[in-house]
Order: sequence, then structure tokens, then C-alpha cells
Amino acid sequence: MENIALQNEVTSPAPVKQRRKRVKETAGDRVYYIITYVILALLALIVLYPLWFVIVASFSSAEAVFAGKVYLWPVDIDFSGYAKCFERADIWIGYANTIWYTAVYTVISVLFTLAAAWALSRKDLPFRKFWMIFFTITMFFGGGLIPFYNVVSDLGMLNTPFAIILPGTVSAWNLFMAKTFFQTGVPDSIVEAAELDGANRARLFVSIILPISAPIIAVLSLYYAIGQWNSYFNAMIFLNDSNLYPLQLVLRDILTSAESSAGGDSMYENMLLANQLKYVTVIVSSLPVFCLYPFVQKYFAQGVLVGSLKD
Amino acid sequence: MESNLLQTEGAEAVADVAGPASDAAATSETQGEKVSLWKKFKNSFFARNFRKNWTYLLFLIPAVAVTFIFAYIPMYGLLIAFQDFMPGDNIWDGRWVGFDNFTKFFSDPMFWPYMGNTFLLCILGFIIGFPLPIIVAVMLHTTKNKKIAKFLQTVFNGPHFISLVVLVGMLYLFFGRYGLVNNIIESMGGERYSFFLSEGAFRPMYILSSNWQDFGWSSIIYLAALSGVDQAQHEAAQIDGASRFQRILHVDLPAIMPIISIMLIMSIGGLMGVGYEKVLLMQTEGNMGVSEIIATYVYKQGIQRGNAGYATAIGLFNSVINLVLLIIANTTSKRFSENSLF
Repeated sequence: MENIALQNEVTSPAPVKQRRKRVKETAGDRVYYIITYVILALLALIVLYPLWFVIVASFSSAEAVFAGKVYLWPVDIDFSGYAKCFERADIWIGYANTIWYTAVYTVISVLFTLAAAWALSRKDLPFRKFWMIFFTITMFFGGGLIPFYNVVSDLGMLNTPFAIILPGTVSAWNLFMAKTFFQTGVPDSIVEAAELDGANRARLFVSIILPISAPIIAVLSLYYAIGQWNSYFNAMIFLNDSNLYPLQLVLRDILTSAESSAGGDSMYENMLLANQLKYVTVIVSSLPVFCLYPFVQKYFAQGVLVGSLKD
Repeated sequence: MESNLLQTEGAEAVADVAGPASDAAATSETQGEKVSLWKKFKNSFFARNFRKNWTYLLFLIPAVAVTFIFAYIPMYGLLIAFQDFMPGDNIWDGRWVGFDNFTKFFSDPMFWPYMGNTFLLCILGFIIGFPLPIIVAVMLHTTKNKKIAKFLQTVFNGPHFISLVVLVGMLYLFFGRYGLVNNIIESMGGERYSFFLSEGAFRPMYILSSNWQDFGWSSIIYLAALSGVDQAQHEAAQIDGASRFQRILHVDLPAIMPIISIMLIMSIGGLMGVGYEKVLLMQTEGNMGVSEIIATYVYKQGIQRGNAGYATAIGLFNSVINLVLLIIANTTSKRFSENSLF
């Protein structure tokens, strides 16, 4: 059943057969469809409106947003929030840090995961069952926060980029997803042919397996990259030096600062600016992800599907 | 040459792994028989397979090393739950205190409030968060215009990629004292309300925002299952006069039941593993009474106050509950429906 699910992609057009044999719609069916469409439209609004509002608010004047004049369109268009954002060095240091953490982390993670997944997908891997159990256990049980912290600390990684880059490099979920991809996507005959030709396993992996793994490489890279881009917790517990802070940690200070009530004039001004900066930073920090998103979302969805296959 | 050497080494390693049977044979038998046993082993399927395929193990090394260091050594580190461990101590010469850390936690007056907060947050989240993606998937699946369905899916998946920090930041912006929601409340004649400083608003905000972020993403797996439902069954039901809604109840839902049970088992296993990263971001002085959960308490005790042993005990207690829940859910599902995770 799950195999069929993979073949007909979620979004593929309905089979022609269905169209041919359409039975006349009853009144009940029409009611069902109307209710469905109304609910789906409402959901779309609920998802889109907050995002739209943030965009609109970031371009509006701080006073207008604060006074509740902004609902659907920008009021008194004003870029002072953006100007202030560009002045903040910490945001850009965070941005640069996040970019290089994400890049290095993604390359390492994808390489480690692909290599291991390839080995695990081979039926003739020695002790295969043992390795499967070895990785599966980590999906359901772990040492928890403090022992994990102690390991990173004992390795001398505190306050270094290693603490951000190394610990999460192999996720068992992604590993098994890639393994399933190799099992369903790489025919044994290719492997056997290559072995007959005398290619050793490293050659085989690099020149035959990697080139046909583009889809799974895309999915893994995206999963790992987004995970790293969005994470703040490890950075919060492992880093002290603000020059090493990734973007999310900088954002945390800006976005989730406690509420303050309006006092004198200058405080009011400050609060307005701080508020405006929040809208802008939401946009600026999420922009790369959202620019890429429409183009890559089909890969994300594919990943979920491959991951749902059992062997 | 070199690879030959490695091969024999590898084979010897296998002999070690082969276990007590071969050990016993090696010690009690005479030299001659030992050799023949060795030969027998060398020609066994296992040994031949190992000689041919040991290079696969090299591909595993990086992943195994990382997993061992960052997942298995911390499991060993759980031992400090039974020690009076302070940061900087060494686990090998720790002061063993038995179950003292656990009893200390159980007798803490905040034990039940924290347990309650954790459970309530998870269960309330589960009640909305589990069925919603299934309903959305069914609705998307029955949408006749596939272009619209695809567009809606793109929209629904979007929020999944917003970071927690930004999501919570948006909550502060919308529900803050001078945020959009309060502006609307005031324009309708209501009083401004401090959502973030009140206990009553924490759980609804937490749960609704989590669902806002993830309902679309979670529905993908059900959509995949739905697209695999046998069309012939739908046609047969249609000829029998079943309405679209009846076909959902009697064809679609039974067909995706295996996936639903698997997801159910997984979410029950994660019931106590609520996302503390988000809770930490949403905590304020005002909502601490409902927002302090076990995982955030572990963070505060262990990382901020340095009571490492005590914090580890609490964390271990939490993950054992999770494991037990997972196993119960899995066994129950296995018994009644043949669907199981393991």
C-alpha cells in the first residue's frame, strides 16, 4: 500500500478513470464540497494573514502599527525599521555565523548520513541487524540534556563552533530515510555489474551511487540545513561569546524581550522603534528560507513520503 | 597485500564475536580439531560474506562514531542520576547516592504541579494536534481542482519552516499588550489583556501556535496514504450509492488506518517529550505557574543552577515514562490491530 503511495505523488492529477465514470453529484455531496472549500479557505486565511501582517507592519510607520491603524495594507510607508536593522552589527554577525555553521554542518551531515545509509541498505553488510538496532535505539531513548551537555563540555567544545556543528550530524530518522531511498531506488543489478567490472566500493559509491542520489541528497541537505538555520537551543547552552552567536540566538534577545509598558516620551519612542525592529527582523531572518521554500517544498514532501516507507 | 592482512584480522574479529560456542570449542578441543574448526568457520557463509563485504563497514564509521559519542556516551552519563554530581566532577569517582535524587524530586512540593503542567500541555495539544492533520488531509484529498489542492498544500506547509524563535517572536508581537490582537479587542470596546503575563492564555497560545505551524506538514503523510487508496473500492461504493462523505468514512479512513495507528503510537510515545525549547521561549514571570514543565525544570536545575545529578534524575524519570508509554501503545496496537512500530 505504501509503495503505491509513493508512485502516485500526493499532488499528481487524479486518474483519468475517475473522470470517465463520474456518478452524478447528489445534494449531499454538494453540501460536503461547499463545507470543505469553506473550511480550507478559512485555514488558508489563518495561515497567511499573520505572515502578511508581519510584512505589512514592517513597512508601515511605527506609530500607525502601534495605534492599530494597520490591518491589510501598509500605512504611512516607512523604512526606518529596516534602516535600524541594517545598523545592528549583532544581527549581521549572527547572520554570517549562521550561514557558515549551516553550510559546514550540512555538508558533513549529508556525507556521513549518505555513506552510512548506503552501507545499511546493503543486505550483505556484516552485522547489519546490530547496526540497525544501534541507530534505532537513539530514536526512542537518549541520555537527556545534562549528560549530553557534559559530553560536549568534556570534549572541550564549550564556546566553540564544534559544539554547534558536530553533535547533530547524524539523525537516525534521516539515516533511515536515505536507507529506504537506496533500497527502493538502487537496483541490485547496478551494484553487481559494477562489482563485476572490478570497481571497488569507494569507486562504486562515488561514481555510481552518488550521481543517482540527487533527490535524496536534496532532501537531506534541506532537512539538515533548515534544522541548523532554525535552531537556537544548543547555541544558547554551549556558547558564551556573542561573536559566535548564530542568528536565532540574536533574534531571541530582540524578539522575546519582556513586555514593557509605555512611560515617558523617550521610552515611548524607544518602544516604538523596538517594536518596529521586531517586525523587520522576522522578515529579514526568514527571508532566505521563504525565498527558497516554493522551489524546494516538493523535495521536503518527498522526504516525508520516503521516510514513511517500511522495509 | 595490505587488504589481505586486514581481511584476516577482520575474520579473527568475527571469531571473537562468534561467541561462547567457539570459545568453548577452542579451549576444550585438541589442537587438530581446533584447526579444522577454524577452517570450517573460515569457509562458513558468514566468514565468506565478511571477507567479501567488510569494506561496507568503513562507510559506517563516521556515522557510528558521531552517534556513539553524542548519543551513547550520554546514555552512560545517565549514571550521574544516581550520584551527588556537581559540574566538574568525574563520573568514575562519583559519590553514589542510590535513588536519593529521585526521592528528592518525588517529595518536592512542585513535583505534582510540574507533572500536571507537562501532561496537560501534551494531552491538550494532542487532542487538537492529532486529528487536525487527518481532517485536513481528507479535505485536501477530496478537493476536485488539483491545482488549488497543490497551492493550498504549499500554503499549509509554509509555517513549518519558521523557526521557533521567530514563531514565538510573532506571538509576542500579535498578543503583546500593544499588539494586533489587543488593538482589535480595544477597537471592539474590550479591555487590553496581557496574554503573556497571564496563566490562562499560555496553553491556548502554545497549542494553537504549534498547530498553526505544523498541521499542514503533519498532513503530508496522510495525504500520501490517501492517494494510495484503491480506486476500485471508491467506484464500487459510488455504484452502491454512497455519498462522498460516506466514502470517506467507509473507504478512505479504513484504508489509512495503519498509518493512523503508527502515528498514534509515535505521538503517545512522545507525550511527555513536549518541546521545551518553545516553552522556554514563551515563559514569563506571569505564566510560570502553568508553563514550568519537567523539561524546563531540568534545564534550570542542571544548566543554570548546576545540580547536574538531580537534573539528570528528573530527565531520566521523564524519558522512562515516555519509553513505557511508547511500549504500552505499541503492544496495545499490536494486539488489537496488527499495526505496530516494532
